[in-house]
Amino acid sequence: MHELGIVFHIIKTVERVGEENQLSTVSSVTIQLGEVSGVVHTELADCWKWAVKKTELLKNAELLIETIPAVTFCEGCDTTYETVRHGRICPHCGSGHTYLVQGNEINLKEIAAC
Amino acid sequence: MDKIRIIEVKESIFADNNREADRIRAELKRQKTFLLNLMSSPGSGKTTLLMRTIEALKDELRIGVMEADIDSSVDAEKIAATGVRSIQLHTGGMCHLDAGMTEQGLKELGTEDLDLVVLENVGNLVCPAEFDTGAVKNAMILSVPEGHDKPLKYPLIFTVCDVLIINKIDVLPYFDFDLDKVREYAHMRNPKLKIFPVSAKTGEGMRAWTDWLRQQVGEWNREEI
Repeated sequence: MHELGIVFHIIKTVERVGEENQLSTVSSVTIQLGEVSGVVHTELADCWKWAVKKTELLKNAELLIETIPAVTFCEGCDTTYETVRHGRICPHCGSGHTYLVQGNEINLKEIAAC
Repeated sequence: MDKIRIIEVKESIFADNNREADRIRAELKRQKTFLLNLMSSPGSGKTTLLMRTIEALKDELRIGVMEADIDSSVDAEKIAATGVRSIQLHTGGMCHLDAGMTEQGLKELGTEDLDLVVLENVGNLVCPAEFDTGAVKNAMILSVPEGHDKPLKYPLIFTVCDVLIINKIDVLPYFDFDLDKVREYAHMRNPKLKIFPVSAKTGEGMRAWTDWLRQQVGEWNREEI
């Protein structure tokens, strides 16, 4: 259930931005989730619905989720490949010396508000 | 109705938490207090290991403990029996502590006169790894019955930790647990990870771990800002 903690952090950041920009109502919040960020979308949506109702600024705000594909780089052959499909072992050369380039992000992208 | 506008934020949702954590570390540095964040699965022997660690260091260091649990004070009572100052933090259903909750706990505990504070995080290998608590060092315990494949299954926690304590090595003969494999898998995720195989029950290996901790506390509390 780290989704709940994540939702609290999104709300906290939105409230800060809301204050800085003198917003009164937030209609939607767009976040970007990496494919291997470990966040379960449906859990996040449920926690969101529950948590925003407790706030004034976000009570009707919709949560929009964009997905960032996960990409791994292989040091063995200097190429990249799809993480979700092939995992930790490079499909081109079989090397295990690989690291994630992108795909573990949990970013707050933008807020639509007035 | 006002016109809706789009405000670009473009930052990690952990950015605020990370800033808060940096603030906590700066304050601890000023107070000369070392904060250790101890993480593990439930049942890895965290509380027993902590009690042994306290016994070894309590004559030299002024120690405080924050026990984080979803809802109970079983662990805090055990720690209180060792004679060090301790408090129980309830996360109210959440599976981890963040910097904000840690800061509240530190205030409640009172850290000005302490050399070492140990935060016993909620038993969980996934979520606590994502939130910087403001700790100076992060340690995790993996116990032998859990299996040597954990670094493959929960890579993030092995990446964020400075220390891996492998507990319950007294039962190694009864399990298919390969110490070399754990070392290999863990170092694959984090080449700088320090590894201490111990048995909190028999005391085996505990000396190396407590020596390391003593040295870290000394360095942090001595260094000039």
